[in-house]
Amino acid sequence: MTETLKTEPKPSNSRAATVQQVVSPGGIKAWLVEDYTVPLVALELAFLGGASQDPASLPGVATLLAGLLDEGAGPYDAEAFHRILEENAIELSFSADRDLFQGRLQTLARNKAKAFELLGLAIAEARLDPEPLERVKSQIAAGLKREINDPDYVANRTFRRIAYAGHPYGAPVRGDLETVASLSRPHIADFRAANFGRDNLKIAVVGAIDAPTLAAYLDDVFGTLPQKASLLPVPDVLFAGEGRREVTTIDLPQSTIRFGRQGIARSDADFIPATVVNHVLGGGVFSARLFREVREKRGLAYSVYSQLAAQDHAAMLFGGTSTKNERAAESLEVIQAEIRSIADSGPSPEELDKAKKYLIGSYALRFDSSTKIAAHLVRLQAEGYGVDYLDARNKLIEAVTLEDAKRAAKRLFGDGSLLVTVAGRPVGL
Amino acid sequence: MTSAKLSNGLEIVVIPDHRAPVVTHMVWYRNGSADDPAGKSGIAHFLEHLMFKGTKAHPAGEFSELIADVGGQENAFTSNDYTAYFQRVPNEHLRTCMDYEADRMQNLVLTDEVVAPERDVVLEERRMRTDSDPGDLLNEAVQSALFTRHPYGLPVIGWPDDIAGLGRADALAYYERFYTPENAILVVAGDVEPPAVVALAGEVYGKIPARGDAPQRQRVREPRPHAHRLVTLADEKVEQPSYQTCFLVPSYRTAPGEAEALEVLAHYLGGGQTSLLFRTLVVEKKLAVSIGAYYGGTALDETRFYLYGMPAPGVSLETLDQEVAAIVAGLAEKGVDAADIERAKSRLVAETIYAQDNQVAMAQWYGASLATGLSLEDIQSWPERIEAVTADQLVKAAHWLDHQRGVTGFLLPVGRAA
Repeated sequence: MTETLKTEPKPSNSRAATVQQVVSPGGIKAWLVEDYTVPLVALELAFLGGASQDPASLPGVATLLAGLLDEGAGPYDAEAFHRILEENAIELSFSADRDLFQGRLQTLARNKAKAFELLGLAIAEARLDPEPLERVKSQIAAGLKREINDPDYVANRTFRRIAYAGHPYGAPVRGDLETVASLSRPHIADFRAANFGRDNLKIAVVGAIDAPTLAAYLDDVFGTLPQKASLLPVPDVLFAGEGRREVTTIDLPQSTIRFGRQGIARSDADFIPATVVNHVLGGGVFSARLFREVREKRGLAYSVYSQLAAQDHAAMLFGGTSTKNERAAESLEVIQAEIRSIADSGPSPEELDKAKKYLIGSYALRFDSSTKIAAHLVRLQAEGYGVDYLDARNKLIEAVTLEDAKRAAKRLFGDGSLLVTVAGRPVGL
Repeated sequence: MTSAKLSNGLEIVVIPDHRAPVVTHMVWYRNGSADDPAGKSGIAHFLEHLMFKGTKAHPAGEFSELIADVGGQENAFTSNDYTAYFQRVPNEHLRTCMDYEADRMQNLVLTDEVVAPERDVVLEERRMRTDSDPGDLLNEAVQSALFTRHPYGLPVIGWPDDIAGLGRADALAYYERFYTPENAILVVAGDVEPPAVVALAGEVYGKIPARGDAPQRQRVREPRPHAHRLVTLADEKVEQPSYQTCFLVPSYRTAPGEAEALEVLAHYLGGGQTSLLFRTLVVEKKLAVSIGAYYGGTALDETRFYLYGMPAPGVSLETLDQEVAAIVAGLAEKGVDAADIERAKSRLVAETIYAQDNQVAMAQWYGASLATGLSLEDIQSWPERIEAVTADQLVKAAHWLDHQRGVTGFLLPVGRAA
């Protein structure tokens, strides 16, 4: 029997009301938005864990496994598996980030039975054959080699290594050339056995499918997974290296700069106010202070931004820009002055009002395609939010007062000291 | 889908999608980097930046602030054949977007105070995207070699010395020439009623006076290539070699019928892991770690077809290039596999259904097609024309990929032979 749970009736403009919480006969849960406008079905799934579950000495295992799940499964070798995907125009891919191992499936509604069958094989019976294993390793290695002297890669990698030294968050998600070469089948098979469980699985589905049909597929696809994953504990970690500056010399005309400091966690009462004040500093709008001062007034850079990056076990303020070597010091001075200024005085009432309006209004843009909705719904589940958050989120932003924003700015920007990493040939740094 | 044309020549396309109360508003101009005057490469792209600097009635930043206040997104992009501006906003703000976009079609104000720092921004953009990336510098050199006369050989962002010399007068002259209703296409996609959008566009854009005929785009034709050209860039920052061969081929506009075959051929040769090149060179012979093919058919003039890849460790770029050329040449002798063609065709046709999930993708598809000289009928009949491609047409299209006609680019570490 299929059980479809709905929360209490919601007003018609409620986003939460569009989400059905489906529980399959076998107990697999998913969030579903049923919509027949376009004859497509999109599914996103996430196993909590991700690259932070890689063995400490062997980063890159999660990424390698992600590359192998569609390279042969059950009765099909890699070529046969890809051939069936192509013949049915099914999109299936997997990836790993620091906290999640993710999968995404997109299919024409008429091919959904085949799509769910292939997804089930990939999750439960991926073969991890020697040929694709070596091939995918060589592809990952080639990708890493391509980026060895890429300034964005170098500045980011150095930044992480210092900020989270000795913690999984400081390791490279895709591994490095030495570790990737040493990975073998047992590493990825062990990772799969430990990380694919029903208790750490989140699913969202959007499109031309009803709850009973989805429920039956959920059991077919995920029914054989073990009840519990056996995840390694990942400790919470504080940001390290504030006040430090690290330059990696690469012969380039431009300096790529990354800067950051300790952030505010999702679970903290000041998380939403901090999100709003970060938007005033470096959000993706023309009126953001960094954009105005660095780009518009001085022409120092094409791109300049900051973000509040909250992960499961850490939070940071993070930002970047790229500017010609001769003006790198000037760019950094302008950025640091803006951070000190917003730490001291917070945003103006007008800035706060505009940031709130932007953040509230822009939420709707995350809901205009099936794939975007599915991705957002899975992320909310992974971050521990309920369906109600879809309606609560904008109210939380609306409720931020000037006092909240000033307090959050003081906490977020503090004394303004930053970890700064640079790749290029900066003058005067 | 609804279309209309205003009496001042502005074309309108409306693509409804009622799933979310959001609308995408785009204005496309039929001019891009290939229309940059001699010695002024980069002016189309520079003007795109300067279009955000305000008008007589609305100073710089006012439009952007309004978009931000409703949580909207906005941006613009420049390509070889077009320049486009877009906003994504809650649907009740469509009128505001139209008001401002129509205003800056006629009333742009530029001063040296805003032009000078923006030119520095563009030079930084170039340093970021191109000058810091040996792979992109090589791409630029390959395009220059492929297009010896035609302006597709110019970088969209422009050559550094040209950019440094661009000023207010250049920008305004270019603006006067191309930013006219006759040269513009309005594309609106999202939660809107088409008749209401056409009426609103008539009210707002219809007020812009006609300027006469649309500007003509007369570009020199690229001569037939007869000699193979090899362009090599070796740089100490390169650790992973890669290769590409680029061919001059017809576009959808210059050769309807052939373009569809080239589209299927690109997928047949290098579209994913079941393609001929991937199966042969990555899986069976293990000479490459990646390989692909791409056809840039949406172009006003004769365009590019790319074959590209990264060699397996120890394999030279010359070997990879020769192996790819031999497989392409073999199509004529050995023929093509019927099941593989069918799979490529059905995958391409499915893209049109996937595009319907995304109002931005739909707006871009229609805008880019119309701006490169195609009709709405061309767009709508595309799936049937792809379905109709035969094995013989595929083999015939492969003749365009004669190695002797191509430009090969090698990206190499310093001190290593190809």
